[in-house]
Amino acid sequence: MALDVIQKNLLKSIADLEEIPEGAYNIRSNGSLAGRHTTANIDIVTKTDKPGIDIIIKAGTKNERVDIPVLLTETGLDDLVYNDFYIGEDADVLIVAGCGIHNAGGLKSEHDGIHAFHLAKGAKLKYVEKHYGEGEGTGERILNPTTEIEMAKDSYMEMESTQIGGVDSTVRVTKAVLEEGATLVIHEKIMTHGKQSATTDFTVDLNGKDCGAHVISRSVAKDESHQLFLSCINGNAPCNGHTECDAIIMGNACVSAVPKINANDVDASLIHEAAIGKIAGEQLIKLMTLGLTEKEAEEQIVGGFLR
Amino acid sequence: MLLELQNVSYRAESDTGVKEIISHVDLKIDERFVAFTGPNGGGKSTLAKLIAGIYTPSEGRILMDGEDITGLSITERAKRGISYAFQQPVRFKGLTVQDLISLASGKKLSAPEVCAYLSEVGLCARDYVNRELNESLSGGELKRIEIAMIMARGTKLSLFDEPEAGIDLWSFGNLITVFEKMHEKLGGSILIISHQERILNIADRIIVIADGKITKDGTSKEVLPALLTARTCAALTKNA
Repeated sequence: MALDVIQKNLLKSIADLEEIPEGAYNIRSNGSLAGRHTTANIDIVTKTDKPGIDIIIKAGTKNERVDIPVLLTETGLDDLVYNDFYIGEDADVLIVAGCGIHNAGGLKSEHDGIHAFHLAKGAKLKYVEKHYGEGEGTGERILNPTTEIEMAKDSYMEMESTQIGGVDSTVRVTKAVLEEGATLVIHEKIMTHGKQSATTDFTVDLNGKDCGAHVISRSVAKDESHQLFLSCINGNAPCNGHTECDAIIMGNACVSAVPKINANDVDASLIHEAAIGKIAGEQLIKLMTLGLTEKEAEEQIVGGFLR
Repeated sequence: MLLELQNVSYRAESDTGVKEIISHVDLKIDERFVAFTGPNGGGKSTLAKLIAGIYTPSEGRILMDGEDITGLSITERAKRGISYAFQQPVRFKGLTVQDLISLASGKKLSAPEVCAYLSEVGLCARDYVNRELNESLSGGELKRIEIAMIMARGTKLSLFDEPEAGIDLWSFGNLITVFEKMHEKLGGSILIISHQERILNIADRIIVIADGKITKDGTSKEVLPALLTARTCAALTKNA
């Protein structure tokens, strides 16, 4: 398969890939399959009942990577996929997903990915997801990802989700259920500008003994944009839960953070933190005394905060 | 003349109306090490901030190498060669020690280059290069990183606002060596706000600032003995 320049740029932005990746991958472009490769340990199968794929990773698979980028370059496309990931016992893998929209037209382009992760006992997964929009058209770029996570005993998952810019509207829903000894770490980074809006909604059920979750969100809201951060951790067993939202607000933006923790077990230990504020004047002044202009200082501070 | 202040005053709003914090200060600085000392609230930091461009004088002019810089911004003054180490260093979530020292030097520095600056201020370099300047660093560590940033800037005028505060685990001797090395390498002037006798001792010139005015100005030999006697008397009176 060959990718055009726009597709290559999108691929670079969302997956840091210059070319077609090595190892297992599935590239979806404008609503259809543009390329797939499987390995001895990783199978990718097209669903027959609805759009989407099953990614099946064999037990014990170590140090392999799966890339599943989605590229949208046609205006007016409404794309919906259901992807299921089955991570076998004691596997240790990296999955890189992401969606890049290039909308050059006047119609709305939308991709809604519904991802379900099933981690078997002792499985270890790092899941990286990047969302990015671009294009000179007036059509909206919309991404509504839903992530459902089931974690069996002693499994571990780290999820890094980033929306770097250019997405007009997003509603991100993440739900996780953890069994005994499982650990979930989520790092979310969002930047909104113009009139964009972003809602993120996390619900984590800590059901097993000694399981734990950390949900950490860092965001920057610029111009007239709106952000809503919802996070609910339910401690239903002796467990540890921590949710944190840290936001920089700029211009006429608006940010709401609603962290919620429910302890349903006397040995559940839960913490929530939320902080919203503008860039501290002394931070700008410090960088200006190093020779940066106010604008350059602001870019450095925001860039570091969202790194 | 590297730096000249001509009849500089600075007034600011306070609860009791407009207060004159700096009052008609005339000053010419060309020496190697100059110390600003005097009571707390006397105007030392304000004067440093007026020089760095963080505050704008209510009246008077500031000249650097003969050029009037009164109307120049913080950034423009930084580019002309003024550095300012804050009394209370600023924390940055996400920015690392390497980022800040690189920004200070004006170019992307490699880890070994950053390490060289950190070693100068007594920090075990490898442990710090990738650390974020966040809450995990102590006040003393931040203070030393702040000094390393000024070294990386390498400008002809460096202002240090109470550099010794919070670095008690690291000897003053080392701090003084840092200043001496900086001067050796860069020339120019190092202006230090300090209450510390050992720092005042190495100053070529001590300027005492109280109530927004220069009350004493001379060599270390001329100013220091009287200053120490006055301090001892004050301490004895307080303890009596």
